[in-house]
Amino acid sequence: MPNNIRNVFKHKLLIVGILSLFLSFIFLFIFNDLFLFALFLILFIILLIYNFVKVTRKLYDTLGTRLMLFVTASMIFLFFLLLIILINGSIDILQDQSLSELILSSTWKPFSGEFGLFAVIIDTLIVTAVSMLIAIPISVLSAIYIAEYAPKKFRKIIRPFIDVLAGVPSVVFGLCALLVFVPLVRDDIAPFFGNTISSGFGLFTASLILSIMVFPIIISLCVESFNAVPIALKEASLSLGATKWETVKKVIFRASGPGILAAIFLGFGRAFGETIAVAMVIGNQELIPKSLFGPGQTLASLIASNYTEVSSIPILASALIFVALILFVVVLIFNLLGYLVLRRASKRWKY
Amino acid sequence: MNKRNLEEKIFLGLMLASVFIVMGSLILIVTVVVLNGVPSLSLEILTQTSEGGFYLGGGGGFLNAIVGSLLLALPATGLAFLFGITIALYLQKDFLNPHIANFIRLCLDILWGVPSVVYGVFCLTIMITIGMAGGSLLFGIIALTLLEIPIITRCIDESIKMVPIGLKESAYSLGSTKFETAVKVVRRQAMPGIIAGVLLGFGRGIGDAASILLTVGDSNYFPSSISDQTAALPTMILNLVSMPDQVVQNKAYAVAFVLLMIVLLISILTRYLTKKSSKHIIK
Repeated sequence: MPNNIRNVFKHKLLIVGILSLFLSFIFLFIFNDLFLFALFLILFIILLIYNFVKVTRKLYDTLGTRLMLFVTASMIFLFFLLLIILINGSIDILQDQSLSELILSSTWKPFSGEFGLFAVIIDTLIVTAVSMLIAIPISVLSAIYIAEYAPKKFRKIIRPFIDVLAGVPSVVFGLCALLVFVPLVRDDIAPFFGNTISSGFGLFTASLILSIMVFPIIISLCVESFNAVPIALKEASLSLGATKWETVKKVIFRASGPGILAAIFLGFGRAFGETIAVAMVIGNQELIPKSLFGPGQTLASLIASNYTEVSSIPILASALIFVALILFVVVLIFNLLGYLVLRRASKRWKY
Repeated sequence: MNKRNLEEKIFLGLMLASVFIVMGSLILIVTVVVLNGVPSLSLEILTQTSEGGFYLGGGGGFLNAIVGSLLLALPATGLAFLFGITIALYLQKDFLNPHIANFIRLCLDILWGVPSVVYGVFCLTIMITIGMAGGSLLFGIIALTLLEIPIITRCIDESIKMVPIGLKESAYSLGSTKFETAVKVVRRQAMPGIIAGVLLGFGRGIGDAASILLTVGDSNYFPSSISDQTAALPTMILNLVSMPDQVVQNKAYAVAFVLLMIVLLISILTRYLTKKSSKHIIK
């Protein structure tokens, strides 16, 4: 900025500063509004400082860097705050009942003060495992097709498809499951496996919708790691007379193994913590399942279907916070595992 | 030889089948929502707020939910963007030791993976502690901000990593300070990533139900202050679909249609804007 313009600009700022001081007094004495008074006073002080302190680029740099450090540090603080508040909130329930009692008892009856999570944990494991069993082969195979086989045009079309699928809100998934998968499981799939009393709301329906929700995560991460395999490796295999599938099986899968594993861990985390879509179709009963088509409850959907009673049963809040803590810790462990796998692999595999 | 070719054929078939399943599932979702949503959609339902007994077959529309969702997601995205861009710029080698930066990235990745219901419970805990039961717009915004910060930060961070070192070095050699380089050069160069990150975060925020469900409550009116309860699109779908009446349930598909359209629009907008903004970056 040329010097004379800067001077005019500063002059105007001084006027604005005096005006804001004036306004702040008006708000204090005439309207008795402390908030606006403080706001204008702060504006005045900032302008005052701006007028008298020579703002050099060096000062900007120092202030800006400090601010960035502060924000970043507060983010890390937030991470630990989340953990601390969740632990602090679940102390109540842990004092009321022992940890083993919470985890190994399977009666969840908030109104009589019983908070056994065993059945819910079993249901969660079953739902997550089944959904991953469905999702992993389908997504890894599609990722291979997209990365290695597909013509360029098709690749251009499928990318937005995957992105959109990743962005669809979980409620919408839940609605579709309600309309399509519930009748499908009730009328076709469950009777096929000899279960004629299934209502359609159950573990298997939840697993189906979860596997669809996990597709985009695993596919996009797998495609990324398949593309990262150096082309020389593939060419070496092909030149030795291997077919394309043999190259995929013996070279690409091996070279990008850690990437696939990390993708699976992330997908697992998503399936494990998904709340709304599961809560809509799982049947919401805290039972140890007798069959895959019977109703159940996962840890996350337990929170969604019980939170309304928090105000009438104080200890229930603590129990739900404990459930959230379990979710947080499990996701933490799986992310760390994924990270370690990737880091170890990048040290060992260097091509 | 024959056996090997057969194996190739079989697996190619399996791959095609799985791609078909993946694409089919998205097409299925869109058609289900469109087929069920459009018939119960009308101008009236889009431009009016809910009247009393909306969930019992009463009149009115869901404009309050649309406005509520925007009032939740827009401020949350703005806040998360401010946090995200500051952190992402600070994670550069120029400012921070790469080891510490990688630790922060790990923390962010973990936060990204944390189920949104945990953020909801986190805010619910604070609400119970300070005695503000029932829910409010403020805590919904906080929950969504927490949810969006890791998404936006990691997206911006990835695109900042791609900024060529030569560009930064030439800025330094012309005498600009670290902060100036970060704010004026790196920020401009990372623009496509910033846009993609912000829109991704917004899409996630407006569609997320679990954190909202626990924190905002419900209301038939526009929120007039930050401590009011408010309606939102995802929670309204949940409320509508849990009603026994078929006519009321159909309204859920209309709401879902609007939500899906917003998400699709964001997706298209992301493609268009990233393409447009990447014209001006230096490769």
